[in-house]
Parts: sequence; structure tokens; C-alpha cells
Amino acid sequence: MATTKLDIVTAERVVFSDDVDEVIAPGAEGQLGLLPHHAPLMTMLLPGELLVKKGGEEFYLAISGGFLEVRPDRIIVLADAAERVEEIDIARAEEAKRRAEELLSERAPGLDMARAEAALRRSLIRLRVAERRRRKPRIQST
Amino acid sequence: MANTRLIRRRIRGVQATSKITRAMEMIATLKMRRAQERGLAGRPYSDKITQVLADLAALPGEAKALHPLLQSRPVAKVAVVHITPDRGLCGGLNANINRKTVSLILEQSVPVTLINVGRKGLEFMRRYGRDIRAEFSRLGDRPSLLDTLPISRIIIDDYTNGVIDLVYLVYAQFISTMVQRPVMRQILPVEPAEIPTAENVDYIYEPGPAAVLGELLPRFVEMQVYHAILESIASEQSARMVAMRNATDSANELIEELTLMYNKARQESITTELLDITGGAAALA
Repeated sequence: MATTKLDIVTAERVVFSDDVDEVIAPGAEGQLGLLPHHAPLMTMLLPGELLVKKGGEEFYLAISGGFLEVRPDRIIVLADAAERVEEIDIARAEEAKRRAEELLSERAPGLDMARAEAALRRSLIRLRVAERRRRKPRIQST
Repeated sequence: MANTRLIRRRIRGVQATSKITRAMEMIATLKMRRAQERGLAGRPYSDKITQVLADLAALPGEAKALHPLLQSRPVAKVAVVHITPDRGLCGGLNANINRKTVSLILEQSVPVTLINVGRKGLEFMRRYGRDIRAEFSRLGDRPSLLDTLPISRIIIDDYTNGVIDLVYLVYAQFISTMVQRPVMRQILPVEPAEIPTAENVDYIYEPGPAAVLGELLPRFVEMQVYHAILESIASEQSARMVAMRNATDSANELIEELTLMYNKARQESITTELLDITGGAAALA
């Protein structure tokens, strides 16, 4: 089976780099399933979960927006932030979610609402991805 | 003799100093390595984003004319993002960056406003009564991208609102452990790199080139600011490392000299004492 090289990078580090069979990403125009030999594509990513299939294995990553580029020989994800599921600290994500919700409910003056909302969204995605991992991983229908 | 005691005290003092400078050197070496690693870890991202931007800018059509961050306009006000360390004891580094910024300010024929990152530059600019739009200090030795976002936010907002028309970054570029050079780089308006047309790939853009460009440009600016700060940290630490190594070396040299002096003085005093005793014995005999 053909594979394609996948690189997931953020401004701070390389999160993932390997040959994979399939990538399912939260594209701006809907979920994207990418197989090897996909046509060159440049798309924005929405915050969400990214699924990587390799051999019989599946990896989930939490992505908070960014870009995805398909080149003839490789797929590159430029993520604003990305975490592999095993790196997600559930307790911290819960805490962040609680804090963001608190901030939003208080509506304190001088608060950057957009930022608080973004923080909330990020923590929700982390939790969702982590949740999936805790259950038995299974093939997700998209 | 009092002289030997004085010298002994001096030696102890210099030894204490050299222990401190030695420790600081080692800490700086460690921090420098860490900063360098972080800079390298972000390299793939910055290479990619630069390339994608170049791809987009090379597109025929109006996509690039549309985005405000790409448009240059008559310059009525310049902003300089002045990036310095928070701390001193790093040789001439701070002075060099400050000088670079000041000469850049003096070259301009229009008013200049400063966005200050780092305490050392802030103190300097305050002393000279420069116009400071914003200041960020105490970012620490390992800022995350998130920590630097407010800086990019200010310049992007001000630029979009027409408060400033040209933005430069001034920071210490890390060339090698021994060499750090203050550099100035224009970050707004964004000037996409030229790419050879052979590398051009015909992409499908989703949702469309203009939308992708609109999302990409702020990130490009953020990434550049973040990288400048990382480089500045690597430069600071390597400059400090070198300065502290020199200090330790001078201290050790001084200790050697002082030890020699001490031994001479000690010998001298013993000789005079012996002479006194033999002289006294001879007088009594």
C-alpha cells in the first residue's frame, strides 16, 4: 500500500513526522480524508481533531487551527498548536476549560472575549481527543 | 607583616568572584543551548510558511493586492520593535542593540514609535525620552509562542488601523557563540520572498487564495517576532557566556599574580625576621 510522508509542525516544534497511509483532518470546508497521491492542495484547518492512520494503527492529535498542504510527495500540517493524544494532560485541560468558562460567565470588563472563547474551544478539543483515546480507539466514521 | 594579610584577603575575594562568574558561565551555556534548540525546532515551520507565502504571492491575480498587510503606503510613522535582554552582564550586547535602534531612529525623517521587548532596552529608551508605544519585559528565558502573541498583535493592529506605516524588528542575531550581530529587519508590510517558478505547485486553495493568505499573513508576522525573540535569547546567553568566561579567566590570572606577590611578601618577612634574630643574637654575643 502506498504511503505518504506526513509532517506536523508548529512554530515551536515538530510534533509528528512519519510515513502514513491516511490522514483525516478538520478542513475549513469540512472533514478531509487524504490518501497518498492526492492532488496538490492548500487548505485552512479548523480547530479539531486530526486522525492519522498508519499500518493498523491510528493516532489522534488535537489541532487548534492552522494550514494543511498536500504536495505531490508529502503532506505538511502547519498547526498553531498540536498535541498528540498521549501528551494531553487531562487534568490540565479540565482546569483550563473551567477557567475559560468562568472568565466567560463573569464577563469581566477589559476581558478579551475572543481570547477566552478561543481558550475554551482549545481545551474542549483537547478533552474530546483525550476522551476518544480513553475509550477503545475505533475507526471513526466521517 | 600587615601586607601579607591584605593580599590574602584580596585573593579570597577574587576567588569568590571567580566562582560566581564560573557558575554564571555554565548557566549561560546551558540556557544558550536550550534557546538554540528551540530556534532549530521551529525552523521547519518557518521555512514552510515562508515558502507557502511565496507561492501565494507568486499567484497571478488580485489576491495579494487585497491584503492590507502586504500593501505598502506612504510612510508617516515608523515603528521599531526593539528586542533586548532583561539583564546585563553580557558584554557589549545591549549597547550594540541600543545603538542600532538609535541610528535607525535618527535615519528616519518621520516620527518613530517604539515597541520595547526587554528591560535593558526599555531603561535606555526611557532615559532618552523616546516615544514608547508598548513595552514587554520579563518574558523569561523560555517564552512560548503564546507569550509573544501580544507583541505581534499590537503591531498588526496598529498597522491595520493606519497608526503606523512601516515596522522594523531590531534584535541581536545569533551568528555563532562568539558573534552576535544587531540586525534590523522590516516585517510590515510583508515582503514575500521570491521563489523560482520551477518550484511552483498548482494548488487547490480552500476556501480560496485570498482567505488562505489572510489567515497566513498574521501567523507569518507572529512567527517572525517569535523567532527574533528566540534569537535574541540565544545571543544574550552566548554573549553572557563569553563575558563570564573572560571574567573567570581574568580572575584566575589575578589570583596567580596575587599568589606570587603573597609568597614573595611572606618570604621577605621571614627573611627580615631571621635577620632581626641573627642580628639581635650577634649583638648580645
